[in-house]
Amino acid sequence: MFETYNPIDDKLYKVIDNAGKVVLKGWNNPLTDKELIQAYRDMLYERTADTMAVNFQRQGRMGTYPPNLGQEAIHIASAKVIAKDDWVVPAFRELGVYLAAGASLMEIFWYYKGNENASKFAGAPHLLPISVPIATQLLHASGLGFSLKYKKEKGVVFAYVGDGGTSEGDFHEALNFAAVWQAPVIFIIQNNQYAISMPVRQQTRSINMAVKGIAYGIPSVKADGNDFLAMYDVLSYAKKQASAGNGPFLVEALTFRRGAHTTSDDPTRYRTKEEENTWLTGDPLNRFKSFLNKKGLLKTLDDKSLEEEYKLKITKEFEAAEAAPEYKPDEVFATMFEQMPDELKRQKHAYESYLAGKERQK
Amino acid sequence: MSVMNIVQAINNALDIKLGDDKNIVIYGEDVGVEGGVFRITEGLQAKYGADRVFDSPLAESGIAGTALGMAINGLRPVVEMQFDGFSYPAMDQIFSHIGRYRNRTRGKFTAPLVIRIPYGGGINALEHHSESPEAFFGHAPGIKVVIPSTPYDAKGLLIAAIEDNDPVIYMEPKRIYRAIKQEVPEEKFSIPIGKAKVLSPGEDITVIAYGAMVREVQKAIVTAKSKGISVELIDLRTIWPIDRETIAQSVRKTGRALIVTEAPQSFGAGAELISIITEEAFLHLEAPPTRLTGFDTVIPLPLGEHFYMITPERILYEIEKLVSY
Repeated sequence: MFETYNPIDDKLYKVIDNAGKVVLKGWNNPLTDKELIQAYRDMLYERTADTMAVNFQRQGRMGTYPPNLGQEAIHIASAKVIAKDDWVVPAFRELGVYLAAGASLMEIFWYYKGNENASKFAGAPHLLPISVPIATQLLHASGLGFSLKYKKEKGVVFAYVGDGGTSEGDFHEALNFAAVWQAPVIFIIQNNQYAISMPVRQQTRSINMAVKGIAYGIPSVKADGNDFLAMYDVLSYAKKQASAGNGPFLVEALTFRRGAHTTSDDPTRYRTKEEENTWLTGDPLNRFKSFLNKKGLLKTLDDKSLEEEYKLKITKEFEAAEAAPEYKPDEVFATMFEQMPDELKRQKHAYESYLAGKERQK
Repeated sequence: MSVMNIVQAINNALDIKLGDDKNIVIYGEDVGVEGGVFRITEGLQAKYGADRVFDSPLAESGIAGTALGMAINGLRPVVEMQFDGFSYPAMDQIFSHIGRYRNRTRGKFTAPLVIRIPYGGGINALEHHSESPEAFFGHAPGIKVVIPSTPYDAKGLLIAAIEDNDPVIYMEPKRIYRAIKQEVPEEKFSIPIGKAKVLSPGEDITVIAYGAMVREVQKAIVTAKSKGISVELIDLRTIWPIDRETIAQSVRKTGRALIVTEAPQSFGAGAELISIITEEAFLHLEAPPTRLTGFDTVIPLPLGEHFYMITPERILYEIEKLVSY
């Protein structure tokens, strides 16, 4: 199917409908029952953590935070495909992917409380830090892809961007560099319909985002980003292609950002309840749950008690972030360079003298 | 030893480092087969292969951003911006990421890369080919900026830049690429980043310059000497981290300072140097520290460029004014 896929036809790759019924003819389920149940649990875990993060921000216990609500299928499908040798190049709305790459929730909370130490992601050697300037991170992915090929290392790069990011020059440069170099990079566009307040129909005149990839000679597929099974299929295929030395791949994942852009944003200013409700019927968790129910896989699984279990675990992670060591003035300077240049030492010393003087006045 | 100009010295440094370290790759616009528009990389692709020295797509942000991606996974890219005025699209990557990556990840990922930029005026070029953007880079946290003025320094500073584990912008005074020849050791050597050099000692006034302006000051000094003025000339060599100590010591001795740069004046290296001088040598000053710079205008096209460029006559004029202040 993907071999002959042409984004110009604007077909959506989709396995199940909103009611969880398999609608793709000839589809073979690639996952075991156990894996399917685990994927559902992971999606629920991401959603619970994300919802709690928004609450922590509302309580004034965390800074500005970009909610993931409604985009979990893309993240958990990625998580199932990403292996130890692979690299992850995030934008900033891929919570489930960071966790899969080895980041801890404590680190995510600590980062959004405002400490760079958190984005060291100590348990995730191949996870790049969250990148705020839109689409700029994609060039790092193309460079990383080059380095894997150059050093003959295993692994591919998973790089994320939103629909708004496809308008940035760096998006186009990154696609072009990766294609010219035939670098193993999988570009994933989370088309969640809005770039803050700007609807995607005003972002581009292209019929979809996937056509942008084929212009650069990159095989590209538009898939249902709210359909875990569709995302799993297309990402597995993309990884197989990239790993086999066939160069980059692009996936447009059609989804909807159910929450605000960040906790500082108010979506009621630019979209209607009706629009939000239309997408609610296609919510990735509900859809996948219906699919699993039809297979009779959720009989022993109780969402409520599972959520309670997760909430306890997530609260512990948040408490660990709250108990993390406080930010020291030293840390402002310490990691700017391998060896601190004299000029920085001087500025640091001047500030320390001021602090010491203040201390003596007490 | 062999006699080299700046082009040959840079090429020689790249050659030595490519031979040293498999993780070094060189790319940019036309740097492969062509050897670069200034022939800096001439012969390197033939010697080290097209997988290590190659032409990249024509996109400066792409060149800088992909270099960071490579550096994250242990490569040490040395990339070329074809001209100063074309480095502007790369500034987002340099300012937003390259200078911040070590700090953002608390040292987990680093950016040991070099961005080479031919810069400066006086070559009768098209628009956007004669710019001096060093102050932009010097202002950006996390970036080192070096500028050689001789073939010897060009080699030593480039080797230091490539071996540095942090990102370095290496700016090449293209006006004097082939103007100066000098004995340069053939073996590997490096010059520490962050150290200025007293090129000629003097008593009456300190003149600080870098890049192509050093030679213009040297011409002015000859006349100054015949008029009985003893000038101490400092070649700054590194824009950031700036060598506060060498500057302070000199001006404490001479009591007078002139800074000569071809970049526009406001918020430039001259302003930074004068701040340092007033902070470090205030009670030694016998005249206001002064800067002779380009105007806060666009550098004119060739027929008007001579109004903008700093000449030895103008340098001498400022020196005499300050000495008789």
